[in-house]
Amino acid sequence: MSQPLLQVDNLAKRFEGIVATDDLSLGVAAGELHAVIGPNGAGKTTLISQLAGQLTPDSGRIHFEGRDITALPMYRRSSLGLARSFQITSLFLDLSVLDNVALAVQAHAGHSFRFWRNARSEAVLREPARAALERVGLGGRADLPASALSHGEHRQIELAMALVGAPRMLLLDEPMAGLGPEESARMVEMLRALKKEVTILLVEHDMEAVFALADRITVLVYGRVIASGAPAEIRANAAVREAYLGEAEAEGAGHV
Amino acid sequence: MTGLTPRNFFVAALLVFLIVLPVYAGIAGKPFLITLFTRIIVLAMAAVSLNLIMGYGGMVSFGHAIYIGIGGYVVGILAQEGFLSGFLQWPAALLVSGLFAATIGALCLRTRGVYFIMITLAFAQLLYYVAVGLDRYGGDDGLTMYTRSEFVRPLNMSNKTQFYYVCLILLFGVMALVWKVINSRFGMVIQGSRSNDLRMQAIGFPTYRYRLVCFIIAGMICGLAGALLANHTEFVSPAMMHWTRSGDLIIMVVLGGMASVVGPVIGAVALLVLEEVLSGVTEYWQIILGPMLLLVVLFARGGIDGLLAKVGTKVRR
Amino acid sequence: MLLFLEQCLNGLQLGLMLFLLAAGLTLIFGIMDLVNLAHGSFYMIGAYFAATFTALTGDFLLGAALAFAATLLVGMAVEVIAIRRLYGRDHLDHVLGTFGLILFFNEFVRLVWGPAGMSVPVPAWLNTHFQILPGVEYPTYRIAIILVTLLVALFLYVLVMRTRLGMLIRAGASNREMVGALGVNINLLYTLVFGLGAALAGLAGLMQAPILTVQIGMGENILILAFVVIIIGGIGSIRGAFIAAILVGLIDTIGRSFLPDILRLLLSPRSASAISPAMSSMLIYFLMAVVLVLRPQGLFPVSNK
Repeated sequence: MSQPLLQVDNLAKRFEGIVATDDLSLGVAAGELHAVIGPNGAGKTTLISQLAGQLTPDSGRIHFEGRDITALPMYRRSSLGLARSFQITSLFLDLSVLDNVALAVQAHAGHSFRFWRNARSEAVLREPARAALERVGLGGRADLPASALSHGEHRQIELAMALVGAPRMLLLDEPMAGLGPEESARMVEMLRALKKEVTILLVEHDMEAVFALADRITVLVYGRVIASGAPAEIRANAAVREAYLGEAEAEGAGHV
Repeated sequence: MTGLTPRNFFVAALLVFLIVLPVYAGIAGKPFLITLFTRIIVLAMAAVSLNLIMGYGGMVSFGHAIYIGIGGYVVGILAQEGFLSGFLQWPAALLVSGLFAATIGALCLRTRGVYFIMITLAFAQLLYYVAVGLDRYGGDDGLTMYTRSEFVRPLNMSNKTQFYYVCLILLFGVMALVWKVINSRFGMVIQGSRSNDLRMQAIGFPTYRYRLVCFIIAGMICGLAGALLANHTEFVSPAMMHWTRSGDLIIMVVLGGMASVVGPVIGAVALLVLEEVLSGVTEYWQIILGPMLLLVVLFARGGIDGLLAKVGTKVRR
Repeated sequence: MLLFLEQCLNGLQLGLMLFLLAAGLTLIFGIMDLVNLAHGSFYMIGAYFAATFTALTGDFLLGAALAFAATLLVGMAVEVIAIRRLYGRDHLDHVLGTFGLILFFNEFVRLVWGPAGMSVPVPAWLNTHFQILPGVEYPTYRIAIILVTLLVALFLYVLVMRTRLGMLIRAGASNREMVGALGVNINLLYTLVFGLGAALAGLAGLMQAPILTVQIGMGENILILAFVVIIIGGIGSIRGAFIAAILVGLIDTIGRSFLPDILRLLLSPRSASAISPAMSSMLIYFLMAVVLVLRPQGLFPVSNK
């Protein structure tokens, strides 16, 4: 593999005696959709938080596009092209849907020490926001307060906001969480289309979605990588089946 | 919400009332009204500045009244030392308030939520003690100002009516300024930061510096209010900046309504008129203030402004 | 040297007082996720009750016990009537609502007890001096305060470290389901915890009553100090509150008594006496500012709340 877009080396993180991330290394190649799966408590969200800059690792290195970003503050990472969505809906609920996405546009439109002009009248902010909302299918709902939308639509806003900065890579933390079957299918289609333009690191529980979308899969258990490779390899890996997929099979999950 | 809703009608009526008050006071032979409403206007200005950081920015400061004190003391001290020109005093009040806000904000804004509230309270206490320690300028007893700020004739700050209109014009100016700021890109960052600071950082805003600038702007406006108040009462003392004064400002903002620029003005008028009326009835009137605040928090979170807005929707239906 | 020792003991005593208040605040915040600005009001009420009951019964201990019980009851009543409607809301709502309570209590006290302060005499049997070291005497009453507060601190330690309730506090649980899962009646638990916190504040108030003036607004001054303790110690941590409280108590007391002398060495006597009262008051705030710069989460932060 030529130099990966995202390279994680020996990442480690402890919380008061609990090891959340244990000597974790992985690489994401440009253009691929790399899924990270694992049972509850495997440290998936902790991993994303460290990649996004919300948490500082105790040790290890993170390189993005060849650049060491391990200690870079959160707000600087999106300007480098690394964007993140949140597992628990984290929007500006008291603002309108369009305001939400426009803020994401504004973040990349230079500094915001502008005190005079009405931001809501600036086409350079509003137009790209509307376009992103159209892309995720929320064009008609743009002017409603964000709190008025359903959970599934919140996930769509999340995605729109992540897209606005034209990121090189997206860190998606369980985008399917809480979605019904119809909404999930829609999200999978959207991600399938997105894959062509953006490199994606996807943390997910939804196995159908993972196997439908992923180019490569990494499996985490207790913060440690137990397997990493193409979907077929992972499916066949005994340790993984035992630790994780075994449960899913017992529940009668389908296979491709 | 635009158009002739009951709420907008009320707000317009209030503003018109403030404009014609001195005329009414003259006709009705009640000059004390001008004195009362000058004070209301000045404190309304302070409340509007608090709402900038509190209502729009989500930064609940229990130490905002210190800028009233700082602005007041700058004017008082300059007057004592012989610098009577308002052209020097008032900009100095703005500048010094801004510097204090920058320093205090730089420290306090590293925290948020409960911590932030406690820390602003602690700093308020600290500066209160500093003021008490200013022996040369009266310390605990305060400092009397024998001359008001001097400008160019015919502007005479000792003329009650002139001073009233200067304060009112400045209040309107401040309200317009806050309105502009809140709807600008800067204002969007501030509002976003209130709504979800973590998310703002995740999408790429270094929120700390924006909140600090907002804090400074609010501090400077409040410092101006302090300079005006000093002129009004011709007296400055540490009591002006005690943390309970900050509490008064918070009550005004919450009572009036945090979601608009004019809300705090409504709150200031409501609170101070209530004080004036009720203190004539009983000296224990303040006992209803506490429960009233609690009730507003529990049942009328949007304040008077919020209640008025609801009246509009009920009527339309 | 004798003076230094005496000031150390005074500082310890003040620190332990602050610990009582800070511990109560932390308990309430840790279990109910509630910011209680009116905590100082219970301190004040405890002192006023002590003044009244001591005067009525003629006996300090009985008066103190009654005051403690009364504050506990008032605390529980306040929880049922007002506080429980604030659970689950924004912290700002807590601050505003409990600020309303401060206003109410201050006026209520003024209405019932009058605007002038009250005084409580130190009980005769404690109004002596105790020789702690050869040649070093210290007021017995203050020693009693230190002992009582250390006992309370020990009780809190046992409570936090050895009981299920304590487990909740340490876990920083403000999750009603989790509390319910332990088979506890939530409403009763919250009422009791709030009452306990209030009673601790009242205890501090009634113990201080003979030494300080009992007056309206006394709660707020010490509350701000308690906040400084929590900021320095780290919110949610009782251990942090203890250490920070002792630190603050010592620095404030020793600073106040020795700062004028230190200043006189550096500045002219006139300047020194001009600024030393204000500077003494400011010392702990400087400490707080330093902590904020170096370690904004406090010295012993409880992770992730």
